[in-house]
Amino acid sequence: MYSLDAAGSLMNYLWDSILWIFTPAHLSGPTGVWARLGEHLFYSGLSVLCAAVIATPLGLFIGHTGRGRALVIWLTGALRALPTLGLVTLLALLLGLGLLAPLLALTVLAIPPLLAGAYAGVESVDPAASGAARAVGMTEWQILTRVEVPLALPLLVGGFRSAFLQVVATATVAAFVPLGGLGRFIFDGLPVRDYPQMLAGAILVIVLALVSDAVFALIQRIVTPRGVRVARSGQDHAEILR
Amino acid sequence: MEWIFANAENIWRLTRDHFALSLPPIVLGLVFSLPLGWLAHRYRWSRGALLTVSGLLYTIPSLPLFVILPVLIGTKILDPINVVIALTLYAVALLLRTVTEAFDSVSPEVRQSSLAVGFSPLQRVTRVELPLALPIVVAGLRVVSASTVSLVSVGSLIGVSSLGDLFTSGFQRDFPTEIMVGIGGTILIAGLLDLLIVLGGRWCTPWMRPARS
Repeated sequence: MYSLDAAGSLMNYLWDSILWIFTPAHLSGPTGVWARLGEHLFYSGLSVLCAAVIATPLGLFIGHTGRGRALVIWLTGALRALPTLGLVTLLALLLGLGLLAPLLALTVLAIPPLLAGAYAGVESVDPAASGAARAVGMTEWQILTRVEVPLALPLLVGGFRSAFLQVVATATVAAFVPLGGLGRFIFDGLPVRDYPQMLAGAILVIVLALVSDAVFALIQRIVTPRGVRVARSGQDHAEILR
Repeated sequence: MEWIFANAENIWRLTRDHFALSLPPIVLGLVFSLPLGWLAHRYRWSRGALLTVSGLLYTIPSLPLFVILPVLIGTKILDPINVVIALTLYAVALLLRTVTEAFDSVSPEVRQSSLAVGFSPLQRVTRVELPLALPIVVAGLRVVSASTVSLVSVGSLIGVSSLGDLFTSGFQRDFPTEIMVGIGGTILIAGLLDLLIVLGGRWCTPWMRPARS
């Protein structure tokens, strides 16, 4: 199909696909880059939002009470082995074409990281802090909303960060079903061997993923309460303990 | 059910392909991430650089990486090697952090004692730090194995044969059974590899076994 052995072909291909992206005819219109980017963000945002409505309260509950911890661990493990492409195609057959099936698949895949983030966030709160809050007479609800959630925010947002990235990646794959979004460029280019178009799609998704990761990293930094530095690794843990 | 028996040979071939594509990234991921993870654990400069690069790498979605990789390394787009290399990169990216944290978790007292009783620097790494870090590494390897087996099927979208072929063809022929067989097979492979890793980990860390009494 494509042999890329000619010297300098690497730059040629990349250059071709960048030219492809910035061709005015490819940028605008209902199947243009901007429209596809909008679709991609819309699908991803909507499914993470739906998943958050289910997963965040549940995760906070599990973190606060310590009940159902086994469920979270089992769910994250089980869903990791579930092939995303299998889930997307199966739901599309069972629920029919349209937006419902792919959006449901994306929502299902966004739940485990959100659940884990909320649960781990609350659980990471020093028991001395929540205990002190209880001792000064706060109700359980006040402890959760005024002590645990603020302290859990960095990890909570971390859950949104990995959920969003998971969904951005899967939405690309779901273009096979077919769904709109940036993955369309890859699947539209594939059968006609339009490599610059496929490559353009790939580059756009990668840029989207890197930019959203950076945005979430920034939000994580902003919501970290003063005086709380998230221990990023065991070494930091060790330094704190010493 | 009939379909499964009629296509047993094809399913078996795809299962073997799937396994063959899953194993190298997991093994290579471990081989590369052990020295790199130790390096990240040991020096401040390498820690920042390695963990940043692996974090960025892990952010890149799989299908776009499969598409862009042939251009970057000069392979053919249908070559299965693209999938193996891409999944190896993910495995290294994911394991590197775990290995770093595993080495971090070895207590300084143990490290200093090994120095005091005369272990050479290399012996200290291979005979004291690595064995103590192993349980955490094994836990990380299990995560890598499950996600690798799951991601292999995405390769079917660009024509690299695996159990993922059952997803694409099942979808195109409107035949859910085929997709379910594919999902079942993928989970079986993941389960088998997980079992092997757990057993291997137990064999390597006999001191972790509960004492019989």
